[in-house]
Amino acid sequence: MAKPVLEVEHVSMQFNLSKEKVDNLKEYIIKSLKGQISYNEFWALKDVSFSLNKGDRLGILGMNGAGKSTLLKVIAGVLKATEGKVTARGKIVPLLELGAGFDKQYTGAENIYLYGSVLGYSRSFIDEKYDEIVEFSELGDFINVPIKNYSSGMKARLGFAIATVVEPEILILDEVLAVGDAKFRKKSEAKLQKMFDKGVTVLFVSHSLKQVKRICNKAMILEHGTLKDIGDIGPISEEYRQMLEA
Amino acid sequence: MKVFVKNFMRYRFLLMELIKKGIKLKYRRSYLGILWTLLEPLLTTIVLTVIFGSLLNRGDSASYPVYILSGRLLYSFFSSGTNGAMKSIRTNSSMIKKVYVPKYMYPLSSVIYNYVIFLISLIVLAVVSVFLGVFPTWRILLAVIPLVILLVLTVGVGMLLSTMAVFFRDLEYLWSVALMLIMYSSAIFYYVEDITEKHPDKAILFDLNPLYCCIAVFRDAVFGQPVHWGLCAYAAGFGIVSLIAGVILFYKKQDKFILYI
Repeated sequence: MAKPVLEVEHVSMQFNLSKEKVDNLKEYIIKSLKGQISYNEFWALKDVSFSLNKGDRLGILGMNGAGKSTLLKVIAGVLKATEGKVTARGKIVPLLELGAGFDKQYTGAENIYLYGSVLGYSRSFIDEKYDEIVEFSELGDFINVPIKNYSSGMKARLGFAIATVVEPEILILDEVLAVGDAKFRKKSEAKLQKMFDKGVTVLFVSHSLKQVKRICNKAMILEHGTLKDIGDIGPISEEYRQMLEA
Repeated sequence: MKVFVKNFMRYRFLLMELIKKGIKLKYRRSYLGILWTLLEPLLTTIVLTVIFGSLLNRGDSASYPVYILSGRLLYSFFSSGTNGAMKSIRTNSSMIKKVYVPKYMYPLSSVIYNYVIFLISLIVLAVVSVFLGVFPTWRILLAVIPLVILLVLTVGVGMLLSTMAVFFRDLEYLWSVALMLIMYSSAIFYYVEDITEKHPDKAILFDLNPLYCCIAVFRDAVFGQPVHWGLCAYAAGFGIVSLIAGVILFYKKQDKFILYI
């Protein structure tokens, strides 16, 4: 049997919520001399474990503040878990807030190289895929215009085109399916569908149960940082609906 | 260590892209573009020569502008390199919050792109030296040593500052004051001998400043004089210690950056 693509083992994430934000030296020294620096410990995730196989598409359900985004960030490697371990076999591509990593003064073309290298692509790979990215983003001549003059839809299109030019093993989606106009949305959904068909592993966060049901074959419910339940989409979404109604 | 090398190789294109970005954006939308790298030190040197040359009665010496320029170039690299590194985590916070990349790429790339600009600006020094009749001897080859030490020192100090600046914003202001102190104690536009002649006990003030030591050794190479190996060794030691301290501090604290930016 093949090894799981993603293993999350006993992951816990603790935040220190300081009562007041101390970010200057004067306050820090005064407060630490007085012994006034106190923190409220807050566990955003508590002992979360699960594993996903190739082709699993997991919907992550939960109320606001249940730890969904924190979990995605830990898996993407942006946050480091306080305890526990995340093992990913293969390339993770996060599709979170598309275009957030762009440099405003750079043109679209330059940003393709910059954002591509942030995602860990090599130069030659970007050279090779450059035309494909430009074509998919439908930016045409705008590709040589600084990003600061782009509309938010244009930015999102470019971000989507760059991030999906590779074939990742693990794709992290955070309600990004609403990209651009209806035409582009159709196109991007088709592209994602193609990736699903090839057996990419997906982590999907959404508040819309309908969307989750459409995309995912598995689901999990997070509640106050703990994993409440995980399993096939049918029973879990039923359970979640009951939770919402309760 | 193996993991580190593997990770570095994977993201080496990112380092290159960030260095390119720094250089490209620095002069974007200015008409003379990269020429400013050469023009700016030349103009400030003229100003300093005119003002301090007459003030210190050194104006008659043809080598005085070369003396100023060599000090100024090294100082301005140190200043812009450490400043850039210090702010790098905050300026790239939107990136750091979204995607995983090795975080040391940001301070490292800002030091390196400033270093590249600095190396280009050394052309001015070569032209001015020859123009004023300060011809290089074989000792000019030794200039490589202080230049390498300066890079190590700037990376080290930059790593320390970039880590601390995440937690304490005040550092940006404190450091600009510290830089002023460093500048005035680096003997950029005056001669150390003028001071130590009258006050021999003040020599220690200069010798403790690693940037002054780099500048002094660099000038020895430019003017073809015997090198102050003592100062050189001190600066090298200081540079290596600050690099090690910077790397250790950065690695210990980097997972907490995201909670503060």
